[in-house]
Amino acid sequence: MRIVLNGEERECQDGWTLADLVKDLGLSHKRIAAEVNRDIIPRTEYDQQRLQADDVVEVINFVGGG
Amino acid sequence: MKDPFILAGREYQSRLIVGTGKYKDFTETRRAVEASGAEIVTVAVRRVNITDPNRENLLDYIDPHTYTILPNTAGCSTAEDAIRTCRLAREAGVGNMVKLEVIGDDKTLFPDIPATLEAAQVLVNEGFVVLPYIHDDPVSCKKLEDMGCAAVMPLAAPIGSGLGIRNPYNIQIIREHSAVPVVVDAGVGTASDAAVALEMGCDAVLMNTAIAAAQDPILMAEAMKLGIEAGRKAFLAGRMPRKLYATASSPVQGLLG
Repeated sequence: MRIVLNGEERECQDGWTLADLVKDLGLSHKRIAAEVNRDIIPRTEYDQQRLQADDVVEVINFVGGG
Repeated sequence: MKDPFILAGREYQSRLIVGTGKYKDFTETRRAVEASGAEIVTVAVRRVNITDPNRENLLDYIDPHTYTILPNTAGCSTAEDAIRTCRLAREAGVGNMVKLEVIGDDKTLFPDIPATLEAAQVLVNEGFVVLPYIHDDPVSCKKLEDMGCAAVMPLAAPIGSGLGIRNPYNIQIIREHSAVPVVVDAGVGTASDAAVALEMGCDAVLMNTAIAAAQDPILMAEAMKLGIEAGRKAFLAGRMPRKLYATASSPVQGLLG
């Protein structure tokens, strides 16, 4: 199925949770935060957040800034 | 001399808050932050680079256990976007203190005052420790203080301009009217600008470009540290009154005839 991740379409496996996606991205141990369809998902709930086709997912981290 | 900077109930030894943007790499960022002596460090919130998610991360170089990480809402031009950014930042696990900035104009990067006030109120209500970037306007600063912001952060000059404090009289009025810390944020260009802010009684200075865009950022970071310390000590010492005419420093008695 297709989701939109950080503004770009992306293929992801049916039945994946947000935890699966984050792990696939190699971000499981990074300081990140995620939204699915504008709702912030607490870190502890990533493995219960099953992704659906056309979900809009945002994953953020910290970068240099003033 | 023990003279802590107290922000939201926490004591800091340094009165310099530094940004982490515009450095050539993370190693230079870390060295500059170390040289500055800063204990509070600002960062921006952005989408993870999906094409290369394993790229090195800023927080691998700036340890959140060592520094207080202050996420900003740079680039946000609506209250809604700024609030969303703060909520995400908090979820990422670096605490609940945020630098709120809602930009009203792309060319000057001056803040949108109504949107800043609106976002500040929502964030304070949600338990954030809000440090708002705002015009050098005593009325806006007072409103932000009254709604529960932990400090006010009037600009010295446009972000990244290096012009120094353009309106020292307004900054002085803000300082006199504020019960919360006054942090001069944005527009500082060199160490004397930082010293001036502290000499006026401001509690701290937040800067990024003045260090990062110096020819030698590490040396400038150290200069800023010293400028901040000199300014603070001069403020505490109490400067002599200004006089229009000279007063000799050497005795007039005993001059050769």
